[in-house]
This record gives sequence, C-alpha cells and structure tokens, in this order.
Amino acid sequence: MPKQRSILFALVFALSCFILPPVMADDVLTVYSGRNESLVGPILAQFTEDTSIETQTLYGGTSAVANQILTEGENSPADVFIAQDGGALGALAAAGMLHKLPDATIARVANPAFVSPDGVWTGLSGRARVFVYNPEALEEQGLELPNSILDLTGEEWSGLVGWAPTNASFVANVTAMRVLLGEEETADWLAGMIANGVNAYPKNTPIVQATIDGEVVGGLVNHYYLFRFLAEDPDISATLHFFPGGDPGALINVAGAAILKSTDQPNEALALVDYLLSDTAQEYFAQSTYEYPLVATVEPPVDLPALADIETPEIDLSDLADLQGALEMIEESGALD
Amino acid sequence: MNGHHRQAMSRWHVGNRQVAQIISLAVVAVVMIPLVYLIIGAVSAGQDGIDYLLRARTLRIVGNSIGLTAAVTLCATAIAIPFAWLTSRSDLPGRRAWLVLGLAAMVIPSYLTAVTYAEAFGPKGILQSLLEPFGVDRLPGIKGFPGAALTLTVVTFPYIVLPVHAALLHCDRSLEEAGQSLGLNRWGVFRQIILPQMRPALSTGMLMTALYCLSDFGAVAVMHFNAFTRAIFIQAESFRMDKASVLALLLVGMTLVLLLMQSRLQLRGRHYRIGTGASRPQEILHLGKWKIPALIFCAVVVFIGVVIPLLVLFSWLAGHRITDPVQAPLTLLMRNTVGVSAASALAVSIAAFPLALLAARGSSRFNRWLVHLAYAGNVLPGIVIALALVMFASRNFLSFYQTLPLLIIGYAIRYLPFSIGATESAFAQIDPRFEEAARSLGLSAWAALLRITAPLARGGILAGLALVFLNVMKELPTTLILRPIGFRTFATRIWSAYDEAFLSSIALPGLVLILVSAFALAIILRREKAVD
Repeated sequence: MPKQRSILFALVFALSCFILPPVMADDVLTVYSGRNESLVGPILAQFTEDTSIETQTLYGGTSAVANQILTEGENSPADVFIAQDGGALGALAAAGMLHKLPDATIARVANPAFVSPDGVWTGLSGRARVFVYNPEALEEQGLELPNSILDLTGEEWSGLVGWAPTNASFVANVTAMRVLLGEEETADWLAGMIANGVNAYPKNTPIVQATIDGEVVGGLVNHYYLFRFLAEDPDISATLHFFPGGDPGALINVAGAAILKSTDQPNEALALVDYLLSDTAQEYFAQSTYEYPLVATVEPPVDLPALADIETPEIDLSDLADLQGALEMIEESGALD
Repeated sequence: MNGHHRQAMSRWHVGNRQVAQIISLAVVAVVMIPLVYLIIGAVSAGQDGIDYLLRARTLRIVGNSIGLTAAVTLCATAIAIPFAWLTSRSDLPGRRAWLVLGLAAMVIPSYLTAVTYAEAFGPKGILQSLLEPFGVDRLPGIKGFPGAALTLTVVTFPYIVLPVHAALLHCDRSLEEAGQSLGLNRWGVFRQIILPQMRPALSTGMLMTALYCLSDFGAVAVMHFNAFTRAIFIQAESFRMDKASVLALLLVGMTLVLLLMQSRLQLRGRHYRIGTGASRPQEILHLGKWKIPALIFCAVVVFIGVVIPLLVLFSWLAGHRITDPVQAPLTLLMRNTVGVSAASALAVSIAAFPLALLAARGSSRFNRWLVHLAYAGNVLPGIVIALALVMFASRNFLSFYQTLPLLIIGYAIRYLPFSIGATESAFAQIDPRFEEAARSLGLSAWAALLRITAPLARGGILAGLALVFLNVMKELPTTLILRPIGFRTFATRIWSAYDEAFLSSIALPGLVLILVSAFALAIILRREKAVD
C-alpha cells in the first residue's frame, strides 16, 4: 500500500514539474513554416537572439500548411508564412490573404522573377530540381543518365527511382509540368512512374539517403539536400544531375515568405521577413543549407553551377499557383496510395 | 444484474448517485463531441462526400484495412497461443523470463518498431548485408503490406498472450483428467478441453488486436500502406476536412461492426467451473525432445519483436549519418512527454470515477447508456478524434485551438474506457456494506465514498492510471495533429526525425521512451499479478 501511494506521489510530482506553456501567448510571433525545421529552425533562433523577438513555429508540409491557413482564414494564428515553393505563396495571394510588402523589402531580391508580381510575397532562396544519383549503382545496373524527367518512366528504371509525392517542391514541379506539357501528358507521366514501381519517401532527405545506400539508383529532389551528406562524409557515392535543354525536370523555384493580412504583429512580422533577406540570413542559406542566395551582395555556394547557367524551363513562378489542381492530380494518380 | 447489485443500489445514497450521474453526463457530453463533428463534417461534404465514398480508391482502402486486420489477427494468434502455452504449461527453461521478454514488444511503439524494420529489412539493410556473401545484392524491401503486417503482428501478439496465458493458468485440471480418462490423447485434450476454456480470453485478445490494427497509424504510415488511418491523416493534414470526415466515419462504422460481432460471440457458452471442490494447480507438461524447437521458437519471437528494434536503435546511437541541426534537449522532451501523459492520466481517472461507480452500482437503463456512451473511445481511433477536435476548435471554439487542454481532452476521450474498466472492476470487488457501516457511524455519504470506497479501490484506479499513462506516452497521431505550436514530445520528435531521415536523432528519444514505457508496464503487470 505505501508503495502505491508513493507511485501516486511520483505522478503528482511529475505533473507539478510540468508547467503549462503560455497558451496562445500574444506577444510571440507565430510562424507557419512549410519548410523543415532543420532548414529554418537555426536561422529563426538566430533572429530571436539578434532582435529579442520571440517566435513559435508550426512545421508541416508546405501544401498542408497553406491549406491550413486557407481553412483558418481570418482566424489563423499565423503571422508569417514560410513556404518551400512559390506556388503555395501564390495560392494564398490568389485568396487575398497576404499583406503587401514594402518596396524596400522586395528590392533586396536581385532578380524580379523571384518575387510576387504584386509584391505580396518574396523569394528567400533559390533551388533547382535535380536528379540525385548514385554513380556506382548506375553503372551496376548498366544505365545511362536520363536526358529528361520523362525518361524515368522507361522500363530500365523500373523500381530504381525515388520520389516524395507529398513534398511541396515536387508538387510545384508537377504544377510546372501541367503548365508546360498540359494536363494529359503530366497525368500520363505520373501514371507511368507509378506503373514503373517508383519508390515513395516522405521527404527529400530520405531519398538522398536511399540513393547513397543504393536502395534506389536516383531520385527527384531539390539540389541542396545532398550537400548535408557531403559535409559529413565527402566520399559518399552520390552526385547531382541537372536535366538539360530546358526540361521540366530542371525547374528553378524559390523558397519564400509572406505576411498574413490577419496578423496582429505587422511590425515584428516585417522585421522577420527583412531579417531573412539580410546578408546574415542569406549567407546562412548559402553556407549552411547550400541554397542560392537571392540578394546581390551574397556569394552563392562554390560547388554549384551558377543559377544563370542552369537550363531551366521558361516559366513564370506566379503561374504555379494552382496548388490544389496539382495536389488533386497527384492524389488521383494513386501516388499516395 | 444480480440480486446483490440491486441491493447495493438501494443502499447507495441517492444524493451521491445524482451527483455521479450529473458529472457522468458532462463527461459523456465531451466524449460525444468527436462523433457530432464527424457527422457534421461528412454531411457538409454532401454529394461530393458520397462520390468520394463510392470511388474505387476508397473501397480499396476498406479492403486494405480489412485485409491487414485479418492477417495480423491471425498471425498474432498463431504466435500467441503456442507462446502462451509454452510459458504457462510446459517445462520450458526460463518460462517466466521468456514471457516477460515476449511481452516487452508491447512497450515499443508501433512507429518505432516499423522504422527499425524498414531499416533492418530494407533493400540494402542489415538483413541484406548478412545475405551479401550468398550473392544477394539487393532485397525487395518490406514497405507496403508485408512491413505493416509484420510490424503490427509483433506489437500486438502480447495483447493475446496476456489473457490466454492467464486463462491457461486457471483452466480446470479435473476436466483435462476426465478427458484423458475418456480416451483423449494430448492433442485431443488441447483441442476439446483446453481450447474451449480459453476461448473467451482468446476472443478478448483477438478483439484487442483487431482494434489496434484498425486504429494504428504509425506502422501503416511508416510502411506506406494505405489503410484508413494513413488516408485520413493525409487528408486531415492538408485540412481537407470533409473527405477526412467521410473516411473517418467509415472507419468508425467498421470498428463498431467488429465490436458488435465480438459481443455476439461472447454471449455463447459457459466456461467456468461448476463442480464442487477446489481447482488444483496445473500439470506441467514435459517437452522432451520438443524442448529445443520450443526454445528456438521463443528466441525467434523475442529476437524479431524486441532485439531487432533495440539493436537498430543502438546502432543509430553509435554511428550517426548526418548531424541534425534541430536542437531538442532530452530533458525538455521528457518533461513534456511525462507531464502531458501524467496530466491526461489524472484527468481520465477523475472523469472515469463517477462513471465507474455507475457501472458497478447503478443498474438503471439510463446509467447503462451513460456508461456505454463513455466507451466511445474504443471505436474512435486517435486520428479520428484529433480530426474531429480540430474541426470543433477551429470552427466554433477558437480559444481552444492549438492548446494543451484540447490535446488532453483528445487523449481523455480515447483512453477513458481503459480507466473506467479498471476502476469499475475494483469497485465491484468492494462490499457496499463497508460504506454502509461508515455511514451508520456518522460519516456523510461523500465522506464515506472518499474515505472508505476510494481507498479500497485504489489498486484498480492506479492500474487504470498507469495504463492511460503508458498509452498517452506512446500516442502519435493525436499528438501530431492537436499539439500546441512548438510543443514536442518523444513521439513527435521521433516522427519528425524519421521524416527527415535523421536516424541518429530517433535513437535516444526512442530508447528513453521504451525505458519509461517499460516502467509503466511493470506497474500494470505487478497489479495484475496481485489480483491473481
């Protein structure tokens, strides 16, 4: 009996150690991030350290978070939305939910293609869609590098390719394909990939891991994930292939940020967006996450081809706003089953 | 209801009963929120919802879930019966140790087991590297049905072992002897005497396994097997609430059918002693030449269920792949996990108390209905409760949205049945005359309840508390969807690390979670032993 009582005491003690965190603290800037915590968590912490503005962040997939903001509408607790691609930002812009950014903020970005045409969102960093592959596995299987993303439905690639069908960058890539190739050809490509036994992963990092392990020969990812692995071990067998000739598989997209109209902290929200475009943050993106900085004053990562040298398809990023259409097409294809 | 209960009811103070009914009514009202919002969500989908329900892909999800549940229940039973028998009725060396090691598979959450299996049995995993010398340079991998079925079989078979093991220990030996004297061989005795006696225990265990399969999210999500819970999660995560509600209602319906089927089966037959005289301890069967195969069987079960997950976790702990830039101090995770689990366990115990009183002592139709409704958590998988509560808070009760109280309410609805069950059985064992005596000595009705009955029921209440604590700590989908922004637990940490393939970040939270769960399970099992 005394033992039972002491267990009860232990439970009550454990409970009393647990102070409920401030529920919906009003003075904290709420960020909804469609980008992984491993990519933006460190720079958000740095922001708080430099400005004393506290933040709390909800992490999720970009399309999921965009949908969540759309559903929450006026009631959304979010002040700032950080997205993995321009399409999701475009979807919120189309719904009229984004606050206009000052010209001075927008002007930081060197290339006007990487900000919203009506100034409601800004790009933060550039990234290219690539085919990451394992050269040893490629040789073992007697394969040659594909010239186009469309070649991956070929029988020789059966069961050897990885993708992340719920990932926003992939969704944006599918959106670009719908714009460039049309509905039918894109749907056929999705169906062809599935019929070819494509391996699904939750996100990009697991695809790179699987490529290094030889679980797949290669996969469709953003360019920067590989560099994390190379930083740990330069000898791993994996490298990047940029599809040539303006192929839809070589899309250049941006990660970006926007301020919600419903924010109750417009000044702090703007401070964060400006901070993310500051040299400090842009250098962080170039050096720690291996992305392309978008301001002229910061050098891109050395091991990468210049952004201008990548043969990206000709497409306007603001044309990629039909997130829902792409999501539905992916779902209908059976890629999520 | 028998005469004893009716008598107890009449003695039970009217004032107490009404208070218990009012509190119970309030609890049941909260428990009903998810169902109400699911129905609203599904109805608002209208014709789209019906189209969605009838498309081939939705029907395939139904097939997937039924197939997985059936396969896992059969496999788990096939493993659990010999395992329970060997550890209760044979002279297997180290019986007790094998039993404990086998049950240990229960404390590893399904998503953790699944993650380790995906690694161990993957195309280039540990199994493949062992087969490399034999010229196997790549395996097909186990994602999909095989992986989901393997994982769930391993984590659920203890739910069958526990009741069957207990039943085997309590079988009536004289029946077996009678069978033998009438010419049955050992197999005949097992089939015709022992098996029928353990049928209630077996069907309870199988039902728990089937319910677990239908409601589990972690294993099917990791293994990319499109069962209901994963499909609902994909829709709910993107806030497509009407589609998610349609799927969720369908799942609730299936679970309900399963429960009704089982209660039909349970009503048949009588399996207890009716003869006079004491029942004697069981005969221990000598395995003889079967000893080695039996040992190998137990070793394989324990190896797959417990050793492989632990080995993989330790290997991740030892050698990291890439450094995770996310800092999540273990002490913070521990504080959040233990704190929210303890708070939920306490909340559930308090809410269960009046309902357990009604269940044990109230016999009116109204009381029975209240108790039945309070058991709704049994048919509401965690993902379904979470989905409904998000609709509830984001649409009508915004001040609850993304708050800890809402998360705790979610857990409470899910695990209330565990606590009611444990507390009710403790109340049922207490003679109401104790309370009566206290009243006659001048205590008020409430004082008698709190000073006499509650302390006597302490063991059962505590067992319920520990059971809820254990389950909340391991819970994944409700936590993922309902947690406040920035709130991390062991489960969410493991999930996000898995999502980004930071395998080394899974190891430490995973191992600590297993350790704490093992501690909670030890409390529960000790209590069960004490009851025996």
